[in-house]
Amino acid sequence: MRWEVGSALNIVSILLVVVVIAAMLIWVERRLLGIWQERLGPNRVGPLGLLQVVADMLKIFTKEDWTPPFADKFSFILAPAIIMTVVLMSFSVIPFAPGVGIIDSNIGVLFVLAMASLGAYSVMLGGLSSDNKYALLGSLRAAAQMVSYEVFMGISLLGIVALTGSFNLREIVQAQADGWYVFPQIIGFIIFLIAGVAESHRLPFDIPEAEQEICAGYHTEYSGMKFGMFFVGEYLGLVLISSLITALFFGGWLGPGFLPPIFWFALKASFFVAFFILMRAAIPRPRYDQLMRYGWLFLLPLSLVNLLVTGAVILAGSGG
Amino acid sequence: MMLLFYLAAAIALISTVAVILQSNVVHALLYLILSLLAVAVIFYTFGAPFAAMLEAIVYAGAIMVLFLFVIMMLNLGKKSVEQERSWLTGKIWIGPVIMAAALLVQLLNVVRQQQAEVAVSQVGVREVGMALFGPYVLAVEIASILLLAGLVGAYHLAKK
Repeated sequence: MRWEVGSALNIVSILLVVVVIAAMLIWVERRLLGIWQERLGPNRVGPLGLLQVVADMLKIFTKEDWTPPFADKFSFILAPAIIMTVVLMSFSVIPFAPGVGIIDSNIGVLFVLAMASLGAYSVMLGGLSSDNKYALLGSLRAAAQMVSYEVFMGISLLGIVALTGSFNLREIVQAQADGWYVFPQIIGFIIFLIAGVAESHRLPFDIPEAEQEICAGYHTEYSGMKFGMFFVGEYLGLVLISSLITALFFGGWLGPGFLPPIFWFALKASFFVAFFILMRAAIPRPRYDQLMRYGWLFLLPLSLVNLLVTGAVILAGSGG
Repeated sequence: MMLLFYLAAAIALISTVAVILQSNVVHALLYLILSLLAVAVIFYTFGAPFAAMLEAIVYAGAIMVLFLFVIMMLNLGKKSVEQERSWLTGKIWIGPVIMAAALLVQLLNVVRQQQAEVAVSQVGVREVGMALFGPYVLAVEIASILLLAGLVGAYHLAKK
């Protein structure tokens, strides 16, 4: 079993880059949304408004961090820490390029799924400990949504695992040298994409924090940097889903040789980040029961059929 | 690996005791999750990474989420914490402690007699799959029937 741990430098630099990218996405998202909605977006602070992130960070760090007296203090403080921890842990198995990555694990895909399922506690505890009816409603929705979409997320990846014969993300990328998995696994890709948005509860599936219906959902009572951690955690989740899609379905770092592998990875991943932001601008939020019905009655059977067909094709190809 | 095992075992033991002693039900649940994750680490040190990940995904990630979900619906406030505290008095401990001590003595006796070192061998995902759908396929099928019965029961209750 291989379970190689990268150097300390590797770990620190990957963590830093990932967190900085997640923070920069606050600006990227607002600018891109501005372009698509025919307005400017934040362009005052620094060149192109790039320093807006710094201003936002300064603001959020110096804001009063208020813990409501009626809240359950222990879980209230624990909740935002969980989301940051599990998402950053998931990044440890992502293969960014040959030699760039933290852990080369034989159970990489399972590790990511385990971390995703632990991430549900963050929103649940956040809402439950706030002792606020909107927060509770938000976290109830979040719990049901994340537990359901986790199922399809896992099953949609099994086709790839069967094709590669490994849970190792690095081997999955290398197996795509002859062709990206998005072509044979197009159904798996679409299901993973939808489930990924639901797992990171971003618009259009931001039902746990739908501000028009339930204030801000599970983080209604949060302020200051605790809210900031939920916020950055959401962007980290976005980067994670984009990186996973790149590694699992679009050949990871593989690409024509005129660019170094890490650039191919970054290019593909940023394409999906931009795609998710466009999706936010383009698609309205479904109703809660619609989301559940759609998941269990459509996505679940579809992902099972996809797995069945993939298995049958592999079996036929191997000659019985 | 040995240090990792003892560390995880200590965390598992302490957090399991905390589950029983904790009067706040949400905190107790968090300790239970911690205990399950520690057991996952123990599985990993024993050379069963697949079992470790399933422990984290299924027990810590899915079943405990449902527990928390139910607790959220129950709306337990400060009253239930006080009630729990009033139930957990000193007198209640006598019986369980005696029985647990007897079990501990037996367990220590068994461990002492076992001289041979436990050989740690790696069992990968492939081997687990082969075993489940090879010699143990009947058990897998029976378990799936049990789950199906649970599913039908839940559907029936929800339909009412």
